[in-house]
Amino acid sequence: MTEVTPDSLAAARPPQSQWRNVWDQFKTHRGAVWGMGFFIFVVLAVTLGPYIWTIDAQYIDIRARNSGPTLAHPLGTDQLGRDTLARVLMGGQVSMAVGITAMLLALVLGAAIGVVAGYFKRLDGPLMRLTDLFLALPLLPLLLVIIMLFRDTLRAAFGPETGIFMLIVFVIGITSWMQTARIVRGDVLALKECEFVIASRSIGTPSRRMILRHILPNVLSPITVSATLGIANAIITESALSFLGLGFPSDFPTWGRLLFDSTDYLQQYPERVLWPGLAISLTVLSVNYIGDGLRDALDPRIRGR
Amino acid sequence: MLNYTIRRLLLAIPTLIAISLIIFLLLDLAPSDPTANLPLTIPPEVREKIRQSLGLGDPIYIRYLLWCKQFFINEPLNILEQWLGWGEGDRLRVLSWQTRSPVVDLIVERTPQTLWVVGMSYVVGVAIALPIGIISAYRQYSWFDQIGTFVSMVGFSVPTFFTGVLVIVIFSVWLGWFPSIYDTTHEVTDWESFLFQVRQMIMPVAVLALFNAAQISRFMRASMLDNLNQDYVRTARAKGLRERTVVLIHVLRNSLIPVVTVIALGVPQIFGGAIITEQVFKVNGLGQLLIISIQGGDLPTVQTLTFIFAVLIIVFNLVADVLYGILDPRIRYD
Amino acid sequence: MRLRTLLLGAAAAVAITPAALAERGSDGEVKIIYWQAPSTMNPYLSGGTKELEAASLVVEPLARYDQDGNMVPWLAESVPTVDNGGVSSDLTTITWKLREGLLWSDGSPVTSADVVFTWKYCADPAGGCAQSEKYNDVTDVKAVDDLTVTVTFGVPKPFPYGPFVGAQAPIIQAAQFADCLGAKAPECTDANFGPIGTGPFQVTDFRPNDVISLEANPNYRDPAKPAFATVTFKGGGDTASAGRSVLETGEFDYAWNMQLAPDVLGAMESAGKGTVVSAFGTLVERIMINLTNPDPALGDERSTKAHPHPFLSDPAVRQALSMAIDRALLVEIGYGSAGRPSCNVLPAPEIYKSTANDGCLVQDIEGAKALLDGAGWVPGADGIRAKDGVRLSILYQTSTNAVRQDFQALIKQWWSDIGVETELRNIDASVFFGGDPGSPDTFQKFYADVEMYANNFDGTDPEAYMANWECKQAPTPETQWQGNNMPRYCSEEYDALVAKMAQTGKLEDRATLAKAMNDKLMQEYIILPLVDRGRVSAHSNTLGGVIMNVWDSELWNAADWYRTKTQ
Repeated sequence: MTEVTPDSLAAARPPQSQWRNVWDQFKTHRGAVWGMGFFIFVVLAVTLGPYIWTIDAQYIDIRARNSGPTLAHPLGTDQLGRDTLARVLMGGQVSMAVGITAMLLALVLGAAIGVVAGYFKRLDGPLMRLTDLFLALPLLPLLLVIIMLFRDTLRAAFGPETGIFMLIVFVIGITSWMQTARIVRGDVLALKECEFVIASRSIGTPSRRMILRHILPNVLSPITVSATLGIANAIITESALSFLGLGFPSDFPTWGRLLFDSTDYLQQYPERVLWPGLAISLTVLSVNYIGDGLRDALDPRIRGR
Repeated sequence: MLNYTIRRLLLAIPTLIAISLIIFLLLDLAPSDPTANLPLTIPPEVREKIRQSLGLGDPIYIRYLLWCKQFFINEPLNILEQWLGWGEGDRLRVLSWQTRSPVVDLIVERTPQTLWVVGMSYVVGVAIALPIGIISAYRQYSWFDQIGTFVSMVGFSVPTFFTGVLVIVIFSVWLGWFPSIYDTTHEVTDWESFLFQVRQMIMPVAVLALFNAAQISRFMRASMLDNLNQDYVRTARAKGLRERTVVLIHVLRNSLIPVVTVIALGVPQIFGGAIITEQVFKVNGLGQLLIISIQGGDLPTVQTLTFIFAVLIIVFNLVADVLYGILDPRIRYD
Repeated sequence: MRLRTLLLGAAAAVAITPAALAERGSDGEVKIIYWQAPSTMNPYLSGGTKELEAASLVVEPLARYDQDGNMVPWLAESVPTVDNGGVSSDLTTITWKLREGLLWSDGSPVTSADVVFTWKYCADPAGGCAQSEKYNDVTDVKAVDDLTVTVTFGVPKPFPYGPFVGAQAPIIQAAQFADCLGAKAPECTDANFGPIGTGPFQVTDFRPNDVISLEANPNYRDPAKPAFATVTFKGGGDTASAGRSVLETGEFDYAWNMQLAPDVLGAMESAGKGTVVSAFGTLVERIMINLTNPDPALGDERSTKAHPHPFLSDPAVRQALSMAIDRALLVEIGYGSAGRPSCNVLPAPEIYKSTANDGCLVQDIEGAKALLDGAGWVPGADGIRAKDGVRLSILYQTSTNAVRQDFQALIKQWWSDIGVETELRNIDASVFFGGDPGSPDTFQKFYADVEMYANNFDGTDPEAYMANWECKQAPTPETQWQGNNMPRYCSEEYDALVAKMAQTGKLEDRATLAKAMNDKLMQEYIILPLVDRGRVSAHSNTLGGVIMNVWDSELWNAADWYRTKTQ
């Protein structure tokens, strides 16, 4: 439960009793429970799955290429005879890890900048001009420059896989926080003038407490929407990066990549597009429901009912 | 508010100059090369000569100042002179490296199809997203809401490179209803040709509109939900206002801030074109121009396009800020 | 599919006359799609294949190559040779004679002054002419009379057919381009987008990187041609959708460069609306071996001759890598009928093709293992072979392209079967093939152990191509990493063969030399050729007269294209 909640919130609220309330409310939300269940299932499947389904996702069995679902390959094989099930499982590891971390990075960055810009009038101008700049930067050349400058350094420091993972998360995070920042700032501008905030300020609540206790909980709903959309965005962007040579090596499957590779085979082997497409959509859908449930559970007006 | 707007517009000038410089430095640093797409049979010495003829031998500040002069001085002066009939207006314009023709002409040539397709898809997207968002929030967890959630999540998580090909296979290959290739030379002159224009637009517009609507409807729904439980709604109902008035006037107005933000962020994107969708349907609009210029290392084109894009971003974010003040008069910037 | 019905209707309306007797413009519109869009119509300002081919509908050379690689006179009366006196016996001059009565599409006559101007245009050092290689060593071009020009070279040219031959070097009109010499070349937008030519079509509307509209040239030399009144030349998109529009929906008549997986292409063709055509030229997909050490620790001396490669400098390792590859399977997976296994880096024309290396066609994993065992490379605990602490671990780079990534995966597996570890890397083509000396990822810098790409040569003469592997062609930091000798191969014997070929005029002797060079590279395993790649295009079943040509523009005979009368 706590791992999907922003840490800032945990720090601000009194422990236990209130959290118990939230959890009880969360449990009554059918969609959220299903979403949570499915999400845990996906996480378990992609982390433990490869230990149970032991076929190597990169092993090429050229005689079995383009095969439909069989006992040996329950989801069939691709154009080189690699097992689709193994690839979906292994691809999920990367896609989930990249999707969630990059989304969190973008979210934290976006929410922080948005709240600060909205709350402190003096910082509003500079921070929003910075946002404008990031919105205007052409993405592709930016990525090429980042690869050129950092790939080899990171690869040397953390090894090829961790290095590339960090780079991808960083790149996606740094290029997708702007929307969240703008939305949060807009909401904060309005919230700042609400009676309860003014009341709270008049009794001398310091800014830090004010933001954590009064502002943040009230901008949670656009943030959860951004989180949901952010995961989908990160998973797809990751696959786009690997075409530029920034992503993982080409034989390293990810959901986005599997989807792209099988688009050409749409007419001959439609089932091949189905699995990665379904995996991405359902994961995003489950995150969306978790977000819905969480929002309801954290809203005292609903919880009281 | 007027004061604020004027101050922001004045502030935009140095901001834009700074942005243009940063973009120029970034593009210069990027490892792309205008001769990369030439066949390998063209020897290195010839490639070097081509680069020199493009002015790549000059130091970077000269190239930046040259672009500034061509774009900020020569282009407007040329247009002005031609308008007023004072002269030929033949000062050197910003020339694309790939086509060796003025970049501004390329942009003008491509704007219609981008506006038709990408602009229309945005209008359609917003038009369907708002009611869906409102109804979904008002009837939370109804069938309508559940289906809306499902469709918009799938619509957002399945990328357009896939949905585009899917609709082409279904509607062009199997059913033969719509052309799979957009005809940019087509001109609407009568009802017949208008119908053709509609037919060739349907698929790209639908694919993009689904994507846009998915995003906007989620923000609309979330924001409506936040407001529906507020005290003022209860008060309004208690006062005996009609439910319609409560939802569509009071709640909607207060819920629009995040939606206005998202839409204001989206409008400049229209100008940026939709790279993948334009590619799949061969619309060849601004998105395609940008991507081939980037791939071809065509610095002047990328720089000019990105700069115009930056102007739009700044303008529309300003529009959003002004709209906040109108939607919620408590918001003050002064 | 209204458009298509219209098109068929137009074709049906003129169905009375058989094709051979067709009048100019009687077959309506032909629609061509190139998934990469042409950016200009002036081939001298852009050397890209797409621009050359689009321009070949409008501007023409004095002579060009036919589908078999033979030179045929085009605007010239005949092809000059030493035998017919057109080429001087010291091989320094060549004299071309224009056909009589040729007209530009604006009605003015074509004269030798246009030919002379064309040379001046491209030779101007400030113009950045993309085809200036074609005019190498030309010291003078003189108009002898209205229809005769003499080209003088500064050195003896055994193969004097660079200038004014092939799609790369067409004749442009002096009157139109007179003010566009040198630095002013890019400013002549109207001329660059709508050159006046002698070809079967003329431009009516050019939208760069999008669509070109053309109509039949009213002054074309054959009054009965072209059969089509207009051409729509659409660009952009991707390979699969271009193929779909010709083979499945029938919206277009001709699609260029169908580089698709064979089963995808086969499925499209089975829709019955069009035909896939292919022909083989000199394009070979190959793996280049880095003979120098790309270790990042070496700093500036990375991938230079200062440090030989720790294990690829051992010929046994290189040979084992080659033996482990099943080329026939690569062809089957990646190219189908558009490829064939190749054991030569110089696969064509026929007289240059060596048969000495055909042993590579058979995959021999066991043989490769034995070879490595014999050379002292023994498997370690992790299955990777090593000798003296050097592990056989390879970084394998190439450009981003679906077929290349499949090849990488397959080859990685074969190499792991013989105990060689491989890390794959793919790089965006615009960076990989771009010459930016600041980027670590260019194919010239070669900061990897092996790299894969395809290369070929223009026309039919391999002299310049084989000179690519001269010692001095190796890219180094001093030359800003320019150069074509990617393996950094350096052999005095090889350089001697190159020098000898430059002085040999007799075709048979040249063939012997070229073959010897090819065999030397192959037998030392400097380059591992994989697939001889054909050009593949698709045309609608209602489009007749298409003759695929790999030696020149694919659209070389567009004047002869016609609409077949039955669907």
